[in-house]
Parts: sequence; structure tokens; C-alpha cells
Amino acid sequence: MAKLSRRETLVLGAGCAALTAVAGWGEGAQAGPREAADLIAKFTGGKTAQKGKVALDLPEIAENGSIVPLSVSVDAPMAADNYVSEVLVMAEKNPAPEVVKFNFTPMSGKAEASTRIRLAESQTVTVVAKTSKGEFFTNQKLVKVTVGGCGG
Amino acid sequence: MAQAPRLKVPEQAKKGDIVEIKTLILHVMESGQRKDKDGKTIPRKIINKFTCTFNGKPVFTANMEPAIAANPYFKFFAKVEESGTFKFSWTDDDGTVTTAERKIAIT
Repeated sequence: MAKLSRRETLVLGAGCAALTAVAGWGEGAQAGPREAADLIAKFTGGKTAQKGKVALDLPEIAENGSIVPLSVSVDAPMAADNYVSEVLVMAEKNPAPEVVKFNFTPMSGKAEASTRIRLAESQTVTVVAKTSKGEFFTNQKLVKVTVGGCGG
Repeated sequence: MAQAPRLKVPEQAKKGDIVEIKTLILHVMESGQRKDKDGKTIPRKIINKFTCTFNGKPVFTANMEPAIAANPYFKFFAKVEESGTFKFSWTDDDGTVTTAERKIAIT
């Protein structure tokens, strides 16, 4: 991939900002860990999220970055007075680090959800869970991406 | 969005059961990062919100960014205490809202 000239790459229709950024052709609007950290701080209101209680299921190696299965599960009672209200998923090296935010209620029964996400390159995915009591829990996982998500 | 969303919801449950729900809608989820062959950015067009309610009360919501893969799929759970109707909605960037519903009976 790195041997292709910029023009060839565009002709091939692989005009993927994320991938061009990886290969050092500039132009990429890569966010970086700092923006992700800022967004997490905004989510927690400056509180430090504790490690634990959050199970994060992602493949160690994702061959195709445009479909990466993700499952999040938070160990919580989901009672009316103590439940997980929000779960934020961040991919720090995506063009925009925010991936998805799940909202749960006691009617969810379990604070667990699965979806499929895009990852532009190998990176650490972070999830932060917020409880109705204002506690924050977090977990992270490194995913190696063989072919970038290209945002498409 | 010519095709109806695909849903997997049990038709029956026992009172207090936590049931598994799976949803999938066909959508390109254009991220706004890609370029066409002339080098022009293809404008973003995604489904930015998915909600599920049961008898009018919120169960699960997903606020999506372009990093959700095409044809957004979700698996989540709901605790059912009474018979009723699950309503699902998907909101597109262009304002289009696709809805679907499924009934569940307590046995």
C-alpha cells in the first residue's frame, strides 16, 4: 500500500483520509489520544473513572477495520436507584474519536450491548460507563487493525 | 432505506424475564471522510440515533457517530414485567425517521 503514489491511490478510489494519514501523506484529520481524553473528561465531568466492572469484548486482531464487533457489559444491578445510565465508546485514533454512546435504563435489565464499529488503524478502544449514582468505570482494549476502516 | 429493518424479538416471555433484542437496518453510514474519484469529499450521511421503548418507556438508546459500521446492528436487552409493544426508531442525518414495532406477550 505504501508504495502507491498519492495519485494512484486516489485513482484506485481508496481516498481514505485515515489511511493517508497513516502512510504519512498528511491531510488526515486524525484526532489522537488527547482529543479522546478531553472528550472522556467532559463525559465524566473531570472525575477519574475507576478500572473494573466493565467487560469489553473486541477482537485482538481485526482484519477489516470497517466492521469490528464490539460488546460492552457492565456489572451493575440495574435497579431503579442504582443502574448504568450511559456508556461511552472512544477510539482515540479514529478521525473523530467518539464512536457511540449507549443509554440504558432499569428497563434494560442488563447494561450490555453489542454493535459493529469502524477503526481507522490499530489503537486502544476505551469505554467509560456512568452509573445513576454518578460513579464512572472504565476499561480499555488494544485492537490491531490489518486494513483500516477508511470510514467506509 | 427501501428495506424494512430486521428485528429479532421474542414473542413471549415470562414476567420479569430479561429478553435479548437484535436489530439491523440497511444503511450506508457514509462517514464524511471518504472521497469520490474526483477527490471531493462525500458528505456525511449516517443514522445518528437509535431508540427502543417499551410501552412508551425508554429501554435503550444509541447515539451514533460515523464510526459505527454500515448497516448498524445492535444487540441489547430488556426486562419485561408486562405484555406490551416494543417500538424502535432510527433517525437519519437528513431527518428521516424509520420506525418498527414488535409485540411481546407475558405467559
